[in-house]
Amino acid sequence: MLELSNISLTFNEATADEKIVLEDINLNLKKGDFVTVVGSNGAGKSTVMNVVSGSLFPDVGHVSINGNVVTALPEYKRSRFIGRVFQDPMAGTSPTMTIEENLAIAYSRQKNRTLKLGVNKNRRSFFQSTLATLNLGLENRLNMKVGLLSGGERQALSLLMATFTNPDILLLDEHTAALDPSRAELITNLTKKIVKETELTTLMVTHNMQQALDLGNRLIMMDKGQIILDISGAEKKALTIDKLLHEFQRIRGQQLNNDRAVLG
Amino acid sequence: MFISIFNAVESGVIYAIMALGVYLSFRVLDFPDLTVDGSFVTGAAVAALSISNGMSTIMATLLALLAGFIAGGLTGILNTKGKINPLLSGILMMTGLYSINLRIMGQSNIPLLNEQTLFTKLVDGWSKLGIDRGISSLLNSIGLDRVPRTWGILIVMLIVTFVIKLVLDYFLKTELGLALRATGDNENMIRSFSANTDHLKILGLGLSNGLVAVSGALYAQYAGFADLNMGIGMIVIGLASVIIGESVIGTKTITRTTLAIIVGAIVYRIVMTLALRAPFLDTGDMKLITSILVIAALIVPKIVTGHKETKRKKLKRLELEQRLKGDA
Ligand SMILES: Nc1ncnc2c1ncn2[C@@H]1O[C@H](COP(=O)(O)OP(=O)(O)OP(=O)(O)O)[C@@H](O)[C@H]1O
Ligand SMILES: [Mg+2]
Repeated sequence: MLELSNISLTFNEATADEKIVLEDINLNLKKGDFVTVVGSNGAGKSTVMNVVSGSLFPDVGHVSINGNVVTALPEYKRSRFIGRVFQDPMAGTSPTMTIEENLAIAYSRQKNRTLKLGVNKNRRSFFQSTLATLNLGLENRLNMKVGLLSGGERQALSLLMATFTNPDILLLDEHTAALDPSRAELITNLTKKIVKETELTTLMVTHNMQQALDLGNRLIMMDKGQIILDISGAEKKALTIDKLLHEFQRIRGQQLNNDRAVLG
Repeated sequence: MFISIFNAVESGVIYAIMALGVYLSFRVLDFPDLTVDGSFVTGAAVAALSISNGMSTIMATLLALLAGFIAGGLTGILNTKGKINPLLSGILMMTGLYSINLRIMGQSNIPLLNEQTLFTKLVDGWSKLGIDRGISSLLNSIGLDRVPRTWGILIVMLIVTFVIKLVLDYFLKTELGLALRATGDNENMIRSFSANTDHLKILGLGLSNGLVAVSGALYAQYAGFADLNMGIGMIVIGLASVIIGESVIGTKTITRTTLAIIVGAIVYRIVMTLALRAPFLDTGDMKLITSILVIAALIVPKIVTGHKETKRKKLKRLELEQRLKGDA
């Protein structure tokens, strides 16, 4: 489904600021895989997501989706089949537009945009019924400007917008990190539910180890631009935070020196 | 007095089309586009040249639309493909257009007084209806002795401008229009929903300057000439209209905002006309008046809402004190 092969990326090559961000990354996701990604700050997690989405291009290596090599495809073309939710709740929606208009934008993702009305009767009732699945009462506020929603509500809407057209791949980059614990839990549960129902192939970055253990069927850990751990199946189910930290220490020969990585 | 206000409204309605164009770039796309000073003249020049070469007035106006669209599109290309910042793209385009406009016209002024324009035709047709005579006698009877020569231009222009407004309202709600609005609002977001923001910006600036050029073409036909310098300060007039309109009428919905802009363009003209009549002001002062007007439109609403808030809170506090006293 999603394949990254030999991806390397260096920022500011041949200058004093040179920084190797990704080093020979290989990753192969099967259809329906839900992979959680952990790792310390600056490990290159977001960069991997950007390489998948096409907002960054690797120096070497290939990205393929569904067997098609998309390495050189610009972001706006790739996003036909990639849904994305960012850390910042403001990032995934258009604040001056209404809830239904935002949904209409997401709805037109897989087709060419035309001069037909973005919101018509049929679509409105479809939007209403999908919004109802969030259980936030947003279905009664279709004409409210999204800028007036709370961070949690906006993030729930972003999640819905990223997924309700059934993209091939879903990318979540710390999408609960900016929310308070109860809201974060709401979004986490929603993620669990949506991914389960739609069987989306998902890549989710999180700093919350517990979340990384609870969700998904596979976990990878990144450090200094490399994937240092890749655990799936029964082994993943049996994993605990202690074991994970222990593994890190064994591989890297040092303590995972980041409180945020542990506590989330 | 009545006549000069009437004329202000008449020209305000024509300028309103330009202001709608400015709204599209400044507000919808969030792109401060200064091409306007040039593309307004481009529209006037293309229309004037075409008409004096015998082209039909409607075709000439449509040709102006196309010319404006190309000019705006080029500004968009400078910005998106050339990665030149928005302000600079507009300034470069505006500067270049000055020479292009002169090339189009071949001279710095094309008179249209002896030509059939959209408006001369319109007035001819209109006067046959006899509506003017009716309105005139009505106005005479309420004591106005100097009355407008014709109401035809105003009424037809109002219809034209409102049709453009309605088309724009509809467009901004289409799939394409929604993507355009999102481009101005949250570019990263709309890109992650498979929209090519470069193309959308080029399209939006093209449409914006197309409207500006139509306004220029109509104004040239209304005034009876096209002049190389008729676009100077046009962007400020457009902005003033947008800002005044928004603060008077509000921006709750798209439909309301576009109406606000038309009203803003008319109000701007009226205020300028009144200011010119003040004995201590002359034409040279008009730029300053424009600036003051825009500043006032930006600040006064804030002061008013701030005032209302304070009052509301004070009332609430009093209410609470009363209740506490009652309890005690
Ligand atoms: N545009 C850029 N130019 C130079 N360096 C960059 C750029 N973007 C990212 N980096 C660097 O690349 C490294 C990896 O960044 P990335 O955002 O992928 O980390 P991350 O794993 O997502 O970290 P975090 O958990 O803090 O979000 C960091 O050291 C960062 O400073
Ligand atoms: Mg990150």
